[in-house]
Amino acid sequence: MADESVQREALAAAVENVAARIESEKSHLTDLDSAIGDADHGNNMHRGFQAVAEKTDEFEEMDVDEIVKTIGTTIIGNVGGAAGPLYGGSVMTASQEFEEGITAETSVAFAEAYLEKVKDRGDAPVGAKTMVDALTPAVHTYKKSIEHDDLPPLTALAKAVDAAERGVNFTVPLRASKGRASFLGWRSVGHQDPGATSTLFILEEILDTASEYLEGETDVEAVAESAPDEDPEEAQE
Amino acid sequence: MKKLVNDPSDYVDEMLDGMLAAHPDRLRRLDGTKVLVRADAPVDGKVGVVSGGGSGHEPTHAGYIGDGMLDGAAAGEVFTSPTANELNEMVQACDAGEGVLCVVKNYEGDVMNFDTAAEMAEMEDVEVAQVVVDDDVAVEDSLYTSGRRGVCGTILVHKAVGAKAAAGGSLEEVQAVGEKVVENVGTMGVALTSCVTPEKGEPTFDLGEEEIELGIGIHGEPGTERTGMMTADEVADHLTGKVLEDLDVESGEEVVTIVNGMGGTPQSELFIVNRRVQQILDEEGIETWDAWVGDYMTSLDMMGCSVTVCRVDDELKDLLGAEADTPALKR
Repeated sequence: MADESVQREALAAAVENVAARIESEKSHLTDLDSAIGDADHGNNMHRGFQAVAEKTDEFEEMDVDEIVKTIGTTIIGNVGGAAGPLYGGSVMTASQEFEEGITAETSVAFAEAYLEKVKDRGDAPVGAKTMVDALTPAVHTYKKSIEHDDLPPLTALAKAVDAAERGVNFTVPLRASKGRASFLGWRSVGHQDPGATSTLFILEEILDTASEYLEGETDVEAVAESAPDEDPEEAQE
Repeated sequence: MKKLVNDPSDYVDEMLDGMLAAHPDRLRRLDGTKVLVRADAPVDGKVGVVSGGGSGHEPTHAGYIGDGMLDGAAAGEVFTSPTANELNEMVQACDAGEGVLCVVKNYEGDVMNFDTAAEMAEMEDVEVAQVVVDDDVAVEDSLYTSGRRGVCGTILVHKAVGAKAAAGGSLEEVQAVGEKVVENVGTMGVALTSCVTPEKGEPTFDLGEEEIELGIGIHGEPGTERTGMMTADEVADHLTGKVLEDLDVESGEEVVTIVNGMGGTPQSELFIVNRRVQQILDEEGIETWDAWVGDYMTSLDMMGCSVTVCRVDDELKDLLGAEADTPALKR
């Protein structure tokens, strides 16, 4: 994969793209949250990612795992609510997976560690109408695409984004059993989950950024060969 | 929507500055945070008692900082819990070596951030304990939900644990008192209108002229049930009935009641509701030891109220009746 200076640049670009997307979707996310929550998701995420975007100048001095950790701690320090620990704390913990830099293999490990931490913190299974409903299919699809189907990371990421989108749609008919929407009981049915939606937006921007930096990547096969010989079906829930 | 705001993103900062300006001798702000603490924190020889949560519930939380109640209160953005970093700073600033009790309302964001903050503070050798308040009887506590919300009953927890700490209780004793209140308190609320958050600038949910929401929380989220407009007595009957049923209070027992305004309802209407609440208790043979009426934990400009009932014994009566001197509550 690309050398570390390119990875730094890609991370900064991803952060800026995510921040811009969240800014443009701020009202949309807040409207979704108004229906079943407390109408703060858009503003919260916006505040967090603005703070992260303001730190990209510092990235040049850091290793990639430090950059990713900084993204997490900045979100924790600026977002509050459940979103702070869920989005920020999980990035912070999962950043360890990038100690050796970003490769197809470490990105799978990162995605799995992130999902694990989100589920652990939020104590939410699939189907509880939370961000987990977008994240779980995305992470499983990504892992399967890389490790089982030998697809290039960019293609794997595109498939993961598709899976996340289906996950977002899947939240609409659900009755929430976690998060603030759970207090509405049956009244939460028929509304799209704001956390699943913002998760999709973030993944879409990562894909968009990756497509600028990953075109023509060729070391995919080598990574796939060294991948653990695991039946990906078993990893599915 | 008409509001006395400047830039909505400065809402919390400017509110805290204004509070400090009103009580410069009692409160101080931790640099670079939205945390207010007693001017003399940490208080030597005393367990620290702290709370916190989203803004928009004024006078909760900082209004209860003072002798006999809280040592510190962290303000998050409107309806958003404070960050773990700020909570950690507050805990450390309120520790005089005797440990710190955190009073947490059962909302996932609050719980997660207080948990994280406790881990951070414990790494600095501060002893931290927690009481999680979940008094909202509107929400079923089952495998399928996140448990009940913490709402106005939290004020009674602040009062009892604050009094216990002021009387020299150990961290363990102060926590035990908080848990005793939690076991004996229930609340249910009603919204006549939605509130308007400063950043969104319009109502969180649409409610018709002739509709009300029963079983609301304190964040402008819709309630568990929408129904037609009711009279004050019908509202009082419904809310009080649900709370008494849940708490299973029996004839001959003593209680403290709170009729709490959500921010947009005048005192007169709260008194009208309280009149009926007391009639119901009388009819049930339940004795009201103390009745609080006012805006204790609000939801911005929402019209509506909640009814809280807390069963009390001699220990809780001593603590809830003990002296307190804070901007929002004096005893």
